[in-house]
Amino acid sequence: MSLLSVSNLHVALGARPVLKDVSFEVTAGEFVGLIGPNGAGKSTLLRAALGLAPSRGRIAIGGDEGLSSRQRALRIAYLAQERDIAWPVSVEAVVALGRAPHGSAFSNAAAQDRRIIEQAMRRMEIAAFRDRQATQLSGGEKARVLIARALAQDAPLLLADEPASGLDPSHQIVLMRLFAELASEGRAVVASMHDLGMAARWCSRLILLDHGMIVADGAPRAVLTAERLRSVYGIEAHLGEAADGMIVQPLDIAAGVDAATTQSGKEQHDG
Amino acid sequence: MTDTARYRVVLAILAAATVVLFLLSLTVGPAAIGLGDSLSALFSDKRDAIALIMREIRLPRAILGLMIGATLGLSGAALQGWLRNPLAEPGLLGVSASASLGAVIAIYTGFSALFPLGLPLAALGGAVLAVFVVQAMAGLRGGTLTIILSGVAVSAFAGAMTSLALNLSPNPFAALEIMFWMLGSLTDRSMTHVWLAAPFMLVGWAMLASLGRALDALTLGSDTAASMGVNLRRVQFLAVFGTAASVGAATAVAGAIGFVGLVVPHILRPLVGARPSRLLPASALGGAAVLLTADILVRVIAPGRDLKLGVLTAIVGAPFFLWLVYRTRRQLL
Amino acid sequence: MAGILRKLSRGAVFAALLLPAASAAWAAEPPKRVVSMNLCTDELAMLIAAPGQLYSVSYLAADPGSSVLATQAGGYAVNHGLAEEIFLMQPDLVIAGTYTTRSTVTLLRRLGFRVEEFAPENSFDDIRANLKRMGEILGRQQRAAELIAEFNVGLDELAARKAPARTVAFYYANSYTSGSGTLADAIVKASGLVNIGDTLGLAGTTKLPLEMLLIANPDIIADGIDRYDTPALAQENFVHPAYRALPGRKVAVPGKYMICGAPFTLEAARILKDAATDHGGQP
Repeated sequence: MSLLSVSNLHVALGARPVLKDVSFEVTAGEFVGLIGPNGAGKSTLLRAALGLAPSRGRIAIGGDEGLSSRQRALRIAYLAQERDIAWPVSVEAVVALGRAPHGSAFSNAAAQDRRIIEQAMRRMEIAAFRDRQATQLSGGEKARVLIARALAQDAPLLLADEPASGLDPSHQIVLMRLFAELASEGRAVVASMHDLGMAARWCSRLILLDHGMIVADGAPRAVLTAERLRSVYGIEAHLGEAADGMIVQPLDIAAGVDAATTQSGKEQHDG
Repeated sequence: MTDTARYRVVLAILAAATVVLFLLSLTVGPAAIGLGDSLSALFSDKRDAIALIMREIRLPRAILGLMIGATLGLSGAALQGWLRNPLAEPGLLGVSASASLGAVIAIYTGFSALFPLGLPLAALGGAVLAVFVVQAMAGLRGGTLTIILSGVAVSAFAGAMTSLALNLSPNPFAALEIMFWMLGSLTDRSMTHVWLAAPFMLVGWAMLASLGRALDALTLGSDTAASMGVNLRRVQFLAVFGTAASVGAATAVAGAIGFVGLVVPHILRPLVGARPSRLLPASALGGAAVLLTADILVRVIAPGRDLKLGVLTAIVGAPFFLWLVYRTRRQLL
Repeated sequence: MAGILRKLSRGAVFAALLLPAASAAWAAEPPKRVVSMNLCTDELAMLIAAPGQLYSVSYLAADPGSSVLATQAGGYAVNHGLAEEIFLMQPDLVIAGTYTTRSTVTLLRRLGFRVEEFAPENSFDDIRANLKRMGEILGRQQRAAELIAEFNVGLDELAARKAPARTVAFYYANSYTSGSGTLADAIVKASGLVNIGDTLGLAGTTKLPLEMLLIANPDIIADGIDRYDTPALAQENFVHPAYRALPGRKVAVPGKYMICGAPFTLEAARILKDAATDHGGQP
């Protein structure tokens, strides 16, 4: 079932085009890693899919176009890159915000809401500090609280903008496992990320963006080739195989490529 | 659950304090009238001096104290939640000063004498302009510094224009009335003022009160809030016009009263678990209690001197503001 | 040392400005070119000065709302109490009120002008004293004595006319009233009436809260002073519903009779007395 279908999407910030003719589709059961160098347009793509950035093109959510913001919120949960929490509210209150689109009229969440909030907190291992002020948490703890908030929204599709940044390796793995689990439950996750090793190991599919265009889209082994890493990222990497997945370990800047100029090195447009 | 229970207790205490202060406000005044006499005169059919004083002088004063205080507390909490900024407040953003300017133009040109509704409408217009200017300068993600600096500029300009309008008035008393417009007073306001301002304040309250859940969501930023189904345009409309209608009407009849909208939400925030939606009703009640207290104090401290309300609110509010700036200065730059 | 320096500098100013007047000559003969810079001294001077003796009066003297002698004031040059303006008029006498801007008076004295200051009249004795002093300064003692006599006759007439002892409250813009020690208080007493401000223990021109006015419930309220056609919050007390509900009779006593003390001040007393007499039929 198609949860999100984007076709011929164009986004410009002022006169500068950020996304050019982007098309892809996300179906239930997928864990899509959105990868690409800084400035490739990953965050903009996620925001545009939600209607947060003005765009041209067709966006269908669960097969429907032109949804109200409220209807959209029931189908897509979004985890912003920005992790600023304005007020010293409790951890539990932040997570409970995820239930807002479901319209339980009072913050006294009904039994169903409570169950989902508890589950989200348990999954992110934050139930132990549910009463602490969210503004007092460490960066990693705060990230987990915000992920739990997005989980509590209980939408079929989760768009997450660099959810793993700031997390220690064990919590990164917990997060990846969780996203894979959500996918296996019949939901879908699209997460932008920089850690190619994590992306290769956990995602069912990768979309590689460069200069606002999709350069490659497919299974990790198909997308992450040595040549593409060189042309898009400008790096040499060790690509290997382990018992249960692919291994990608960046080693060095590619020969003859200056890190600052890698962006101009791309040449392939297959997908 | 205990969280919710504590919130209800806080609201109950604030409501009780507001009721007590409202009654106390009715019993304070230059004419020494006993507690029992004064309250019974409110409900008697007599038309003697005491009944006249109670119904036509003290009752409107207490009602306006309550409503204006609630307006300032509520709008302070709403603006802080909307701009995600603890220093937002109608006074600091220049909303009060601009509403004063609107009111001054309406009154001293004689416009409001011909068309009474012109007074609150002109104040509302001034207030809307101020919010738009500050917001245009700072933007929805605007930093604290931009917001405060634009507020300072708007306030200074509106203050200067108010002074100019008063100086140009052919009535020699007008020039002296800058004090009223900058510091506010409830002395000898009448029921006419209540009828004029109350509808606008009520409409403004309704608009601001409806923001609760959206402000909660905005705690996590505007993108996240929007992704949760919050319509940011609608929120902006309600915040701007709700503030302008209520603060505009309040300022039109009582002048600009500063700092209530800053201090009250801050003191109450920890008591309601910092949730913007819960802060709204609490700040409205807290603002009412604070302004009623200030208005009682101006009558007790300096009877017959017509001490301005803004003097008292600034004595408490300005040091508090400095302390807040000191505490948040790392985020300022 | 400092004293010598000051004298030297003053001498320098004198020399630079080539001013005539020597202090010894002041008392000798009456001044010929007099400038008054205060409404009350304007009126006294206009009443007493010889033709041609008074050169300029303040702009307020020509304002019919404030000045009894507004039409007469049209015959003089107008000043706005600015030192530069008065310097250019080159008067041999400047008359100011004690409330005239201090810095202006000091500056005029430094420039070598003779400045005489008059305190405002707060009682009938003050009126007589100021009339007499103005006569002496202008060398018109005879004219001053006539005015004092006229004033005394007016007072006697007023006292002779019996009127009921009604209570009167003055009620000005911003809820001010006149208590004891004011000219208004003297006028009320001369009319045989009772000043509420005085009975409430208020002294001078001071606030009378609307609540207190309602409690006092005076027979007559004199509220015509300091009212302007243009709007100001200061006048909102006159339209307050509680004020309008007061049963007492509201009388407009034009402010011009009471701002300054002079024989014409008795006109205010006559207006009040007429109001009290008309009022006599009512309970």
